[in-house]
Amino acid sequence: MLVTTTKGEMDDSLLEKKEGVVDDENEYTTWVEYWLDGELVHRSAHVTLKKSPFSDLFAASLG
Amino acid sequence: MCTSFLGELLSATHNFSSANPAHTANTADTFKAALYVTTATINAATTAYSATGEVSGTGYTAGGIAVTNATNPSSTNSSATAGVGYWTPSGNLVYSTVTLSTAFDTVLIYNSTQSNKAVSVHTFGAQTVTAGTFTLTMPSNTTTTALLRLSTT
Repeated sequence: MLVTTTKGEMDDSLLEKKEGVVDDENEYTTWVEYWLDGELVHRSAHVTLKKSPFSDLFAASLG
Repeated sequence: MCTSFLGELLSATHNFSSANPAHTANTADTFKAALYVTTATINAATTAYSATGEVSGTGYTAGGIAVTNATNPSSTNSSATAGVGYWTPSGNLVYSTVTLSTAFDTVLIYNSTQSNKAVSVHTFGAQTVTAGTFTLTMPSNTTTTALLRLSTT
């Protein structure tokens, strides 16, 4: 598989791949990194937010 | 949610819908999504988009990307005296082939049609991107999960 890197497109067989997941109350995030000879040449991240800025609205009472 | 946005709703400043009789043209405003570095001060007190503290790097254009908005806002009664209005972008926010070396953790949704007025701020764990893609996956557009929800209780 070809990977877009800082050095152009490279076959992933030439790269060291690292992956991670963050799963907490706020988000579910996955990330992937490709390294070449100790240099980070690609990093992508995908975030799914679990919380949104909910707003409660109130109508005033009359009388 | 940005506090100024709540007041602006009452003056019909923002139009998320393509079918809105309050506006002369039934065309929704254009909303955009900008990313901010971890040291930026972007929060509920933010009233409009600013380039201060915005990320910069290869493949990223100041101001961010357009928000896909093909689904009009909805509202549902949750009881005889309460209900929820809600809206979610119809597509994920995708920043493709970018290099953002300074850590960022915030996205600001704002109305580029209406003087870049702020809508909402969303935070996440700090990220960097190197010759890659950053995706913010949108939640399901429901009364309990939508990106923007306004509720009466």
